[in-house]
Order: sequence, then C-alpha cells, then structure tokens
Amino acid sequence: MSVIEAHDLRKAFGTTVAVDGIDLRVEEGHILGLIGPNGAGKTTALNAILGLTPYQGELKVLGRDPWAEREQLMRDVCFIADVAVLPRWMRVSQALEYMVGVHPRFDRKKAEAFLAKTAITHNSKVRELSKGMVVQLHLALVMAIDAKLLVLDEPTLGLDILFRKQFYDSLLNDYFDGSRTIIVTTHQVEEVQHVLTDLMFIHHGRIVLKCSMEEFEARYAEVMVKPEQLAAARALKPIYERQVFGRSLLLFDQVDRQQLGALGEVRTPSIADLFVAVMGNHAGGAQGAAR
Amino acid sequence: MNTESNVLRESALDSESVAAASAPQTRPFYWSVRRELWENRWIFVGQLAVAGVFIVGFLFNMTRWLDNMRGLSTTNPAKYWDTVSLPYNIGAGALMGALILMTIFYSSDALYGERRDRSILFWKSLPVSDLTTVLAKASIPLVILPLLTFAFTIALHLVMLLLSSIVLPLSGMSVASLWKELGIFQMWGMLLYHILLAHVLWPFPVYCWLILVSGWARRAPLLWAALPVVAIGGLEKLVFRTSHFAAMVGNRLIGSGAPTDVTTGEMFPTGPMTHLTPLRYLSAPSLWIGLVVAAVFLGLAIRLRRYRDPV
Repeated sequence: MSVIEAHDLRKAFGTTVAVDGIDLRVEEGHILGLIGPNGAGKTTALNAILGLTPYQGELKVLGRDPWAEREQLMRDVCFIADVAVLPRWMRVSQALEYMVGVHPRFDRKKAEAFLAKTAITHNSKVRELSKGMVVQLHLALVMAIDAKLLVLDEPTLGLDILFRKQFYDSLLNDYFDGSRTIIVTTHQVEEVQHVLTDLMFIHHGRIVLKCSMEEFEARYAEVMVKPEQLAAARALKPIYERQVFGRSLLLFDQVDRQQLGALGEVRTPSIADLFVAVMGNHAGGAQGAAR
Repeated sequence: MNTESNVLRESALDSESVAAASAPQTRPFYWSVRRELWENRWIFVGQLAVAGVFIVGFLFNMTRWLDNMRGLSTTNPAKYWDTVSLPYNIGAGALMGALILMTIFYSSDALYGERRDRSILFWKSLPVSDLTTVLAKASIPLVILPLLTFAFTIALHLVMLLLSSIVLPLSGMSVASLWKELGIFQMWGMLLYHILLAHVLWPFPVYCWLILVSGWARRAPLLWAALPVVAIGGLEKLVFRTSHFAAMVGNRLIGSGAPTDVTTGEMFPTGPMTHLTPLRYLSAPSLWIGLVVAAVFLGLAIRLRRYRDPV
C-alpha cells in the first residue's frame, strides 16, 4: 500500500487555485522533498494530506480519507506544521504528560532521551525556550511517536545553521529507519539534498518535476564549459545557462556524460541550481527558494 | 480542593492501569480538560483573589457588622438572619459575579486563543477529535468553573465563620446562635442549587454562543459576539419599541429570571423563606429551548473547528 495516493487533487480558495490537479504516489520508506516558491501550493497540499483542509479529487493517506478521518489518521501520522506552534504556556513536563495521555504510540522514555541531549529542562515553559530549543522540543515529541508518516513543513525556518544541521542529523540517525516515510518542505534546499530519496518541484499548484534522487543524479549534469566549447555545448540544448566568475555553467537534462566531459568539468548540480533552472521563467519566485 | 484531589487520585490509578495493560490506554477527553486547566490557571487565581479581597473587606467592616448584630435578638429570626447572613451572601455574590465574568472571558477565548497563538496546528497533529476538544472546552463553564466557585464559596464562608467565632465572644455575643440561625449547610445546599441552575444551565446558550463566535472570529471575538445582540436589540427597539431580546440575553447572562425558586421579597436566593421550585424549573420550556440552542451552537462550533486555520 502506498503511504500517500492522490489523484487529481485540487483546492481553490475563492478564485485562487492553490492546488491544481496533483497526481502523487509516495511509497513507504521514502523521504520526499517538496520544493517550490512561496505560494506554490506546498502547504495547501500538505494540509490536505494532514486532514486540515477539505479538497476535491481523490486522496488516501495510509488508506484513509484524511478530511473525514483526521483523528484516526493522527495515530499514524505526525507533523510539524511550522516552527513555534507549541503552546507557549505549556511546561515541558506537561507536554510529555499530555502526549502520554492522548497518543497511543508515544514513547515517553524516547522523548526524554532526546531531551537529555539538549539544554531543555523539564520544568521550563515553552515561552522561556529559545526558538531553536522549541524546535528541538517539538522534534523530540514527534520522534518519540512511532508513526508511519512524518510531515515537516518548513521545520527549520528561522533557525541558525547549527540547529538546522542538528535537526536533519537527528532525523536521519535517530528516527528514520527505512520503514517510515517523511515529507519535508523547505527553502534551505542545499541542507536537505543529501537527506532526500525523492524530489518534487511544485509551482502554481502543479507538479513541475518529480524524480528520485538517483534519477536526479543520472539525468542532470552541470558543465563548466570552456569558452571555446560554448557554441558546441549550446547545440546540446542546455536547459539553463548562467555565468559564474566569467565562466559559463550549463545545465543539461539527459545528455550523455562522456559527451559533456569533452566540453568541460562535469558535476551533479545542486537541487537549488536545478530549481532555478526549472523555475527559470519565474525568477522572482524562484530566488527565495534557492537562497 | 475536591476536584484537585480527584484528579490526583485518578492520575495515580491511571498510571497503574497503564503499566498493567500492554497497550497504553489514552484518555483524550480527560487530558483535554487537564490542558485547559493548565492553560487557564487564572480561573483559580481569579477566585482566590476575589475571596481574598472580600475577606479583607469583611475584616474592615467587622465593627459595623458587630454593631448591627448587637441590637438584634433571635426572637425575630428573619431579621436576625438577614443581618447575620448579609456578609455571607455578599461574599457568595462576589464569587458568583467573578464566575460570570470569568465564564464570559473564558468562553470568548476558548477556540480563539489556540488559533491566535497557532497552537491549533499542534493540537490538530494529535489524535484528538474536534468533538472531544470542543466538549472539553465547554465543560469548563458547564462543570469546572461552577464547582470551583462553589468550593471557593465554602472556603470563604469557613474563613468568615472562623473569624466571626473569634470576634463575637470578644464582643460578648453568642457564637452558638450565629451558627444555629445562619444554617450554613442549608445555605450551601441552596447556593449549589442556585449556581447550577441559575448560573450554569440557564445562561448556557449564551456561553455556547461565545464559544461558537470564538471559533469563528479573526479578532475581538467578544465584540463580534455582542454585535448581533446589539443589532437585533436595536432593530427590535426601532420597530416594536420594546427590548425583550436584549433583556432576555441580559437575564440569561446574569442568571436572573430563571424559574428556579420563589423568593418572597428577599434579596438573596439563600434565605429561609425561599422555596426551591426545581420541578417548575425543569418543566419550563424556556430552559429546554435554551439548552437546544446551546447544543446547536456547540455542534456548529465543532464543525467550525475542523475548518479553521490559525488567524
């Protein structure tokens, strides 16, 4: 059974179409990065998956209809919808107690073990913690849930680089075990590149690119073309071209690597570079995402 | 406090049963109420503050009260009761006033606060239904706050009785007749009756209306809740030159006009001449219409919470 199966998923707010007919299938054990400019429909799509918003089209998450069965679904799905959604008045000890009280798959010992690695004390209130610590606390709560699907929507927004790095490290080392599934959206694309198994670009509510990371590495190549080879390189129809320090960087899709090797130095592009290339026509929106 | 010790006992029992069973038992409703109490500690603090201020006022007015008492004899029990019970009734009234204000404040923030601080996204990430959440929130004005007020009233009265029992003999008056004529246990019984019927069931549709609007408004839920009342009241005034609607809402809110008892010219519903009329109250259509309206408001609030995003 696929973890998520969507067919012609749509959602409009008045006349604004946020999600415009998405077909999606996410299998167990994958870590999918959902990348798109602001307002691309990422959060709306995730909200539909999490049962937070009604939608048109077919959508099954772990075999359930998320809008009709949110409560049951949340036993197997957990999410960090945004940084700083933990109630500010709550004490860490109360959060732990509450989770034990309402969540059948919450393991308090696990959460406490995660928290022991941080500077968070049981008696502190959320409002007394720094932004980074609130995210650590939320991650500790979420990782202690034996869930099948974890959804992270901009989980590291506004955190410094140490916390961001730590966040993905603990996610991979302490949580991901190959049978869980994770969906993550972020603007810090470089930091998740090594984490993902699958990649999806979304723009104007539509999927503009979907591939596994192996396909990504096999398909796309970036070449720093020697000036005398530029005309030959352009003849191979690069999907994007940019200038760095006076050298031309050309991005190719499904062009033989040996052929490219003759033109200059070949390397796998970063997700950010591919994103800029794919969103090329919409430079304004793309810049935010590629930062 | 009674509710507190129950909570402790229950949680102790709960952890035992969890250890015994292999699959952990979850109790979403119980924990949803707990989290309301954690979040809204001011409901304890508020009652405590009102009771504390009242005791200070009682001490300051002690001499005047003693002067009034001195001229009394127990041969006129009604007059004696009026004078003796006055501070006790005013104290209970002050806590009931606090109850009304706190209920209004709580209800109009119930489904708004979690959207304002975005924590609704955390609550909704857990396997707790909107039904459970809204009912847990409604149980605060329906059960927790009134019982809390009753408990605080008893505590306040006990402190006042203690103080009176010290001061009266010093002024050469009988403590025994105070205890005998005051009939404190009967008074408490009538207070509980009055609180539950006049300040819980009777105004419940108003509180549910506040809860509903708190789930809808993007800002200032209390103002939004008042707006239709003012509008309908104003329209009625313009068209019919009457003000039944505003009076009805106002009466419900302050707990007056409920057919709970017949007081023959007494100021307080705890007097010895008050006849409780629970049957008349329970058979009053206005009560049941009110409760049906309350249920509709709550049903809409549950539905609304499914759709609402943070503000």
